Amino acid sequence: MLRIDVMLVVVVVASALGVVASQHQARKLHTELERDQARMRQLEVEWGQLQLEQSTWAAHVRIEKIARQRLKMQLPGASQMLVVEGSP
Amino acid sequence: MKKRSVTFNHNPLLAKGLPVWRPRVVLLALLCGSFALVARAAYLQGVNDEFLQAKGESRYARVIEIPATRGKITDRHGTVLAASTPVKSIWAIPGDAKPTPAEVRKLAGLLDMDVRDLNHRLARDSDFVYLKRQVPPEVAEQVANMKLAGIHDQREYRRYYPGAEVMSHLLGFTGVDDHGQEGVELAYDSQLNGKPGSRRVIKDRRGQIVEDVESIRTPQEGKDIALSIDAKIQYLAYTALQNAMDTYRAKAGSVVVLDSRTGEVLAMVNAPTYNPNNRESLSGAQLRNRAVTDTFEPGSVLKPIIAAMALESGKFRFDTVIDTGNGRMTLANATITDTKPHGRLTVAEVIQKSSNIGAVRMAMSFKPEEMWQVYDDLGLGSSLQLGFPGEASGRLRPASTWRPIEQATMAYGYGVSASLMQLARTYLAFARDGDVIPVTLTRSEVPQVTGRRVFSAQTVRETRAMMEMVTQAGGTAVHGQVPGYRVAGKTGTSHKLEGAHYTSKYIASFVGLAPVSDPRLIVAVMIDEPAGKQYYGGQVAGPIFSNVMAGALRALSVPPDAPITPLQVARSKEEIAARGRM
Repeated sequence: MLRIDVMLVVVVVASALGVVASQHQARKLHTELERDQARMRQLEVEWGQLQLEQSTWAAHVRIEKIARQRLKMQLPGASQMLVVEGSP
Repeated sequence: MKKRSVTFNHNPLLAKGLPVWRPRVVLLALLCGSFALVARAAYLQGVNDEFLQAKGESRYARVIEIPATRGKITDRHGTVLAASTPVKSIWAIPGDAKPTPAEVRKLAGLLDMDVRDLNHRLARDSDFVYLKRQVPPEVAEQVANMKLAGIHDQREYRRYYPGAEVMSHLLGFTGVDDHGQEGVELAYDSQLNGKPGSRRVIKDRRGQIVEDVESIRTPQEGKDIALSIDAKIQYLAYTALQNAMDTYRAKAGSVVVLDSRTGEVLAMVNAPTYNPNNRESLSGAQLRNRAVTDTFEPGSVLKPIIAAMALESGKFRFDTVIDTGNGRMTLANATITDTKPHGRLTVAEVIQKSSNIGAVRMAMSFKPEEMWQVYDDLGLGSSLQLGFPGEASGRLRPASTWRPIEQATMAYGYGVSASLMQLARTYLAFARDGDVIPVTLTRSEVPQVTGRRVFSAQTVRETRAMMEMVTQAGGTAVHGQVPGYRVAGKTGTSHKLEGAHYTSKYIASFVGLAPVSDPRLIVAVMIDEPAGKQYYGGQVAGPIFSNVMAGALRALSVPPDAPITPLQVARSKEEIAARGRM
């Protein structure tokens, strides 16, 4: 009888320690998850800003201005164009 | 050595004998005490536990808001046209804020504000005042680093439009609270809008979240919307329209480009325009999305419909001769005139030379109901259902109220009104094989097979051939030619109605399609009150059509369907015409 009691006490103590340990583990992992989620949101914001920046730099107004003024480009006339026949 | 133990029994004091009531009193007192403790414990644990639990939780549990961003708007290729990015708003509790004059000056410098204005705001008698809304996060950080009492910041979103003036009417804009107020932003507001979520968490003493208790509301991110718009074609249409506005000193104008295979809107621009990123001085005229909200009497642009009806009925053929006489025709006390006498014309020439009398003669061979039916089938008088705010449906009166003179004027586009987008939609019947499909602003991958059939394929092919003559020598719109492609279209020049009278102000328009051999695009142009000497649709709207169509066909890599030689002839003709104008 006494032996069973001692065994049960040992099991209960071990389980209690296990609960504490896993709780600690869970909190640590949760903090990590939290940090990564914050980072994800931060990166999403940054991505949006970069997309906006890309759209601004790639604006057709700007490209046409640079092509015409700085690079001195122009549209080819009809006589300078050659249509390549063939199946797509 | 044996110790003598002390036994109370032998205590002489006890031996004396205590009174019986004393131990009983002590026992009773002890019992009462423990009963009180049990009662208190039961009260705290059983009766009052909810209140205490909540109080305890509030020491460590927090409800935090999870922000949701508004969806992005992109064009058909995924280029971002509108996106939200976080900014900060600086606010203050005037009662708590007691900055020194030097601090105020520094703060005003950071926020780019007037010192007096800032002082005025800080002196206000309220608990909350915005100092400046929507400042960049870097500036907000500098303000926070000043560590001023009573000055706080708050996270908000600001919408940016990289396309600026080019996309303004199409996209519209959002208010300071991130809700759509115009254009696509308003039309698709419910989809674009995100719903912020919230959840309950447990924080430790350092403020770090250690446990997720429950999610109260999951955040819903706003959906991204891919429009049918092609940013390149939109830009082409924008530049062509802006140039024309300067050249013809017009009051306003619009250009619409449709993909005739899918009914998608590829471009929609209006002038005058505005920059949605900077909306400080806006007038009503700048804000108008004319292509869908403003209706006008389209004039001759409707004539191909009458011609197609005439062919469809079998009463007329491509080469049936109609006598337009000396250019004047009297009908029920009213006189219908042509710009000049044309004499005897074939049906094709009526369209090519845009003869009002020819169109009236064809129209009068139909009952009003028949004409109404075709106009209605083509969508005149019915809304586009694009979802734009203030979308106009135009006016098409029921056939039973038409007097003969009204039926006659409706044949050449007076007495009926439509928006430019609606006119472009009617031309879908000519660009496709006689059916009309709904126009759409969002990208649709599959070409729509058939819509509502209005004309037969044969009729449409013949009508398209007549409309092609409009841009050829002898037609009203030689400036509408596009090098390398066969184009078909129709000009319109209509007097503006002011009050009950027609004025000598004009609306010049041109609606056309290309390539004729296998139509792909419809371009519709409208110029309101060109102020120069030129006001005819062919002269004013034709060149814009040509520019936009040429650019759009090239952008979409549509193979040319016109041989090179006539193309050079066409070019030189155009140059001669251009020199003649100078």
